[in-house]
Amino acid sequence: MAVISEQTARGAKPRDRAGGRSRARVGGLPLLLNAVSVGLGIAVWWALALAGLKLPTPPEVVAQAITLIGNGTLGKDVLASLTRVLIGFALGTAAAVPVGFLMGWYAVVRGLVEPWIQFFRTVPPLAIIPLAIVLMGIGEAPKIFVIFLAAFLACVISTFQGVVNVDRTLINAARVLGAKDAGIFARVVVPASTPFILVGMRVGLGSAWATLVAAELIAAQQGLGFRMQNAQLYYDLPTIFVGLISIGILGLLMDRVLLMAERKLTGWQERR
Amino acid sequence: MTAKISVQSVTKTFALGKDMFTALDQVSLDIADNEFITVVGPSGCGKSTLMNILAGLEEPTSGRALVDGVPVSGPGPERGVIFQQYALFPWLTVRKNVEFGLKTAGAGKAERRERAQHFIDMVGLGEFADALPKMLSGGMRQRCAIARAYAVNPSILLMDEPFGALDALTRVKLQEQLLDTWSQEQRTVMFITHDVDEAVFLANRVIVMAARPGRIYDVVDVDLPYPRSEDFRLSPEFAALRNRVWHSVYHQDGRTSADSGTSLPSPATARS
Repeated sequence: MAVISEQTARGAKPRDRAGGRSRARVGGLPLLLNAVSVGLGIAVWWALALAGLKLPTPPEVVAQAITLIGNGTLGKDVLASLTRVLIGFALGTAAAVPVGFLMGWYAVVRGLVEPWIQFFRTVPPLAIIPLAIVLMGIGEAPKIFVIFLAAFLACVISTFQGVVNVDRTLINAARVLGAKDAGIFARVVVPASTPFILVGMRVGLGSAWATLVAAELIAAQQGLGFRMQNAQLYYDLPTIFVGLISIGILGLLMDRVLLMAERKLTGWQERR
Repeated sequence: MTAKISVQSVTKTFALGKDMFTALDQVSLDIADNEFITVVGPSGCGKSTLMNILAGLEEPTSGRALVDGVPVSGPGPERGVIFQQYALFPWLTVRKNVEFGLKTAGAGKAERRERAQHFIDMVGLGEFADALPKMLSGGMRQRCAIARAYAVNPSILLMDEPFGALDALTRVKLQEQLLDTWSQEQRTVMFITHDVDEAVFLANRVIVMAARPGRIYDVVDVDLPYPRSEDFRLSPEFAALRNRVWHSVYHQDGRTSADSGTSLPSPATARS
């Protein structure tokens, strides 16, 4: 929700002198609408719970959250889940950026790597889980591996696209200013593809997070996915809700961090 | 004196599907040191191809291009290029853009800064030295590109319709500024345009090209002194030359330059 308002706000013409002011005015309204929408959503939920649907009420969920925070369970679960996501995501991105660059820059690498990437892209990372568990056991390795795979695949395609899309004229401009291949790569290709890499990272983070929960549902002793799976056995709906909301909030926070990085690193872009 | 630039029977063909497209057909041209040449012609006459060959961004299919008597192979810092689309690096400030070529050349920080400042001031962008390209108008962007090309101290400036995307008022202003700059820092200039007024106003010599196949159709000497200002633009001499070039550009009837002289209004055609 806030993501959408963010982008509309940034869609304002950069050269428009009044942009700063009008953006603030336009920016306030969507934020208010966001708040109203969230409030309404909670009200509807509450109403449905009271109307006899088998849902916990918001206060029950808050009370459960406080209990889980108080006895340290939520903290441990969040830590376990975050650790898996961050390790998998960091490894995936760290591998995707150089591979994407090489694919974009060298046709030979593209020819060698592309079939594998296209193949694994059509296999959902979750479908790899059974194989990963058989090969790597039920420890952390298979979970981190599937998260790595999800983040890698999302980010590598985007990085590759970024390199391929670098404006020829900018490369020519660098060449006529005396830059050689290495200089063109470091000083033109890398900065020009940064926006694509960051979009890839955001998509990669989304799929890393989605994969994590599923991986934890299958085999884990800790983590938000495990907690929800466990709560399901005991018909513990408030805990499931706490898990869902935690996952949503953590995902949103991580996306915000990346969005901030994106704005800092790619503020030079003209937005249409 | 040997020519600064010598184009010798340059032919350039492209494969266009099954057909061959002749962008340049046996083009020969000598340009003297510190001469200001404009090249004007209909689209498809190969004027940009000719410039790219001199810039070292494309290679001729046959024939050769010499700069200072040495065949062109690849881009070089003695040939500055200014592109129609400005080709500023959008992630760099005006100052960093102007410093780009100096950095490639290995100039120290202090020297880079000083030289960049000199050319930024020369094109009147002093106040905007730390602005990103997205903050600049089209005319300012092109002035920045001109400063960037000058900064590496090329002896030749190749300009590919640099003012083509600008409005008429800005264009006139930039033409006068360009002549100012050129009189302060003399260079051999090859300036490509589709605007007859611009071609006559700027040049020592106007090269008129024809399309299919791309070739030199006519050469018109503009034997009038610099500095040129508004008075020159409104003078009868300018009007006469303008008419002469206009006819050459817009009433090409398939004849080659060899037999075109007779029916054209002005007899003052000195072929070089």
